[in-house]
Amino acid sequence: MALAQERGAQVESGYKKERASFGIGDTVKVNIRVVEGDKERFQPYEGVVISRRGSGTREMFTVRKLSYGIGVERIFPINSPMIDKIELVKEGQVRRAKLYYLRGKKGKAAKVKEKSFNA
Amino acid sequence: MKGILGKKIGMTQIFAENGGIIPVTVIEAGPCKVVQVKEPGKKDAYTALQLGFEEIKKEKNVPKAKAGHFKKVSLAPCRFLKEIREMQELKTGDTVTVEIFSKGDSISVTGRSKGKGFQGVMKRHHYHGGPGSHGSMFNRAPGSIGSSAYPSRVWKNKGLPGHMGDRRVTTRNIKVVDVKKEQNLLLVKGAVPGSNGGYLIIRKND
Repeated sequence: MALAQERGAQVESGYKKERASFGIGDTVKVNIRVVEGDKERFQPYEGVVISRRGSGTREMFTVRKLSYGIGVERIFPINSPMIDKIELVKEGQVRRAKLYYLRGKKGKAAKVKEKSFNA
Repeated sequence: MKGILGKKIGMTQIFAENGGIIPVTVIEAGPCKVVQVKEPGKKDAYTALQLGFEEIKKEKNVPKAKAGHFKKVSLAPCRFLKEIREMQELKTGDTVTVEIFSKGDSISVTGRSKGKGFQGVMKRHHYHGGPGSHGSMFNRAPGSIGSSAYPSRVWKNKGLPGHMGDRRVTTRNIKVVDVKKEQNLLLVKGAVPGSNGGYLIIRKND
């Protein structure tokens, strides 16, 4: 299914959007484009990036947040035109590529350590 | 009718403006040289242009017959040579590029489908087959293939097991999603026949 050759990556790069670089454990604010009738507005969604998967134009990322005590996860395609902007709020320091362990945790245990730059 | 020759690169997906995803096949199309012009007259009885795609780099890889054919028109020999019927108004040596297509055009793509080998009726003709279990001994077999007294033979074109794939297939009415002139690329919606790297004939629907 995927474009095997280098040629494919070349083609896909033309369709990728320029996004702020962010990694797993970072706190990001995603501005989602919401169309209501003929009006358009942006809806921010802020949370921790717990996974990033796929490559090329198909890359997706998952953002987890707590909304009134209930865990909410949304999966976004990075290159979707429905995402206006991805802002990096906080960089997190983590040791895993997927932070699914956050799902079972509450309170302080569900926190991601912020990246310390003097280490 | 207008057409061009090309090569399937592979499939991917891109986003539509409304956020929807479009599955696309990337085709490297042209540039093709017109190798021969066929017109109703002395030699030929129909209108067509013979196009050549993908130059053969090494001279030793060119068959003698092909070399002679290209030498006559003093062009570099090409690997893939096909005629496009009813294509006119070009001379030998002219170049056909992807620019003959534009976004939203309806095209038909012909290629050689992937070979599937000897296959049974379920895969080859979409027969239902029987139950998989509960003591059923009728699993993937074709079942009865005809009646006794009449016609007392098997009807022609009865779907039976056999070789599947590896034949010329045309997918009609595909939409052009994007044309990349500098890279000679054509992005079309959906799948086209054949494996990646297979040669294709792309025709514009009038």
